[in-house]
Amino acid sequence: MSNRARNRDSAGRGLGDWFATQIANLGEFMLDRVAGVGDVAIFSLKTVGWIFARRQRRDVLLPSFYQIGVLSLPVVALTGLFIGMVLAVQSYSQFRAMGLQTRLGAVINLSLVRELGPVLAATMLAGRVGSAMAAELGTMRVTEQIDAMESMGANPIYYLVVPRFLGCLILIPTLTVMADFMGVLGGYLYSHLLLGIDYHHYWTNSREYVDAFDFLMGIFKTFFFGAAIALVSCHRGFNCDPGAEGVGRAATNAFVHSFMLILVLDLFLGIGLDNLQDIFHPEGPRKLL
Amino acid sequence: MPAPAKAIRRDISDPPVIEIQNLSMRFGDHQVLRDISLVLPAGQTLVVIGESGCGKTVLLKAMNGLLRPTLGEVRFEGIPLARMNEHELARIRTRYGFVFQGAALFDSLTIADNIAFPLREHTRLSAAEISDIVESLLGEVGLPQSVATMKPMQLSGGMRKRAGLARALALDPHLILYDEPTTGLDPIMSDVINELILRARSRDGVTSVVVTHDMHTARKVADVILMLYPLSRLPPGEPQVIFQGTPHDLDNCSDPRIRQFIEGQAGTRLSELKDEQARDQAQSTPPTPEHSQHTEDET
Repeated sequence: MSNRARNRDSAGRGLGDWFATQIANLGEFMLDRVAGVGDVAIFSLKTVGWIFARRQRRDVLLPSFYQIGVLSLPVVALTGLFIGMVLAVQSYSQFRAMGLQTRLGAVINLSLVRELGPVLAATMLAGRVGSAMAAELGTMRVTEQIDAMESMGANPIYYLVVPRFLGCLILIPTLTVMADFMGVLGGYLYSHLLLGIDYHHYWTNSREYVDAFDFLMGIFKTFFFGAAIALVSCHRGFNCDPGAEGVGRAATNAFVHSFMLILVLDLFLGIGLDNLQDIFHPEGPRKLL
Repeated sequence: MPAPAKAIRRDISDPPVIEIQNLSMRFGDHQVLRDISLVLPAGQTLVVIGESGCGKTVLLKAMNGLLRPTLGEVRFEGIPLARMNEHELARIRTRYGFVFQGAALFDSLTIADNIAFPLREHTRLSAAEISDIVESLLGEVGLPQSVATMKPMQLSGGMRKRAGLARALALDPHLILYDEPTTGLDPIMSDVINELILRARSRDGVTSVVVTHDMHTARKVADVILMLYPLSRLPPGEPQVIFQGTPHDLDNCSDPRIRQFIEGQAGTRLSELKDEQARDQAQSTPPTPEHSQHTEDET
């Protein structure tokens, strides 16, 4: 009988026992979470270790790169295009009320390259690739394919996790560049063609307020997002519960956990990089308005 | 039809291929194996039988280190598996072949790539040499060359099992482990697999362990049969191995538990299952105040 079941059984013997049971359950829950984090950390260290321990085979690496990068490109491009247009729609009325509609380019492009492009690309990757990776590896676990690999003396982390990890790590910046580009394009097309904002003012203001640091800051963050998506998703797949329900839960958890981690990482990286920007620009932030 | 005479090549100077001492396996609160000991000399075929859930597959996976024992030791050719690190374990596993219950072929690879996988991983053979070996292994298990380019999902269950056997044979293993090799197959295909197990054993006196509940397979391929009994139904203190001997000894055994299994008779099992279910329900239902009062009155 599990501890939690024992704890449940002791319920109903008085208020003191009930509190003791709740505290014991909370303690067990916390221990499970800590053990889970430790498990992911060991899994991550093993993955990094295998990157350097043995060179990846081309025929293993390329299919992963194709799945992660090439097949994600259309969906990332499309969402980037629309998010750029949505930004133009949402910002225009506010800026026009202040007579600053010519600065629309600055706010759209700054939001895109610093925040929306990287987070959008990472979210699309977590949804499209992360869940698929967890489901694929989960199915391999359930159908004993991972055991078969181990029983042949091949390391499953080297064969199954490292190619996916490298694919996410290397290709998410390129997907972000695509999301940024399409977002900038969408924002401009909507602003120029439908809102009638002048080409010259739109781009002059953009150039003035968006610099290389903003773009590189966005790209830098994506390496962390890519690594988090790959490690969380592969870990979920490797530790999948038996049956179709287990595989489904692994795929869902892979997306939910990756998405939460992307947002948490985005916050802390944003704070850290803002402080770094203060060092390079001691004169303070440029004023948009 | 009687089983064909088996040519068993043994060398008494060889250490046992598998030696298990006091093996116990526990998953959380659930104990599956308790105090199992066995010695398997080179060239022999051991068949492990027993009811579902008695720990046969767990025993098989402990034999090649896929599962680490909770207590006890497993030695392969005299080397204790528990003391090996991951790298050493990976190297020694090249001397094993493992045929999984569902074949466990890699879905994303073709049959040829599946069979070639251990060769690419552990040898420096050229692509042409690997291709030749794959071709010969396909022939050995009776699969047409046309399946080489197919994916596992395009094959029938029997073909997948044979492809799994071909992959297990690729590195010329010393020991082949079969997990339920005939489960889910028609009687003819089951016998084809039995013949292939016998044929695989004739390759340099390969040692085999076959986990099955198919008594036809057990009688046909076994030198020694070992029967496990589920711990949940075993009285405390009784050994979990309730039979170890030749197929002939098994047929002459009078133990009602063994007779019930080999004759495939439910006997009182259905009523036992209902009792177990009722007991589980009683344990999972929290006692009501009336019940508690009643119990106190009784005491």
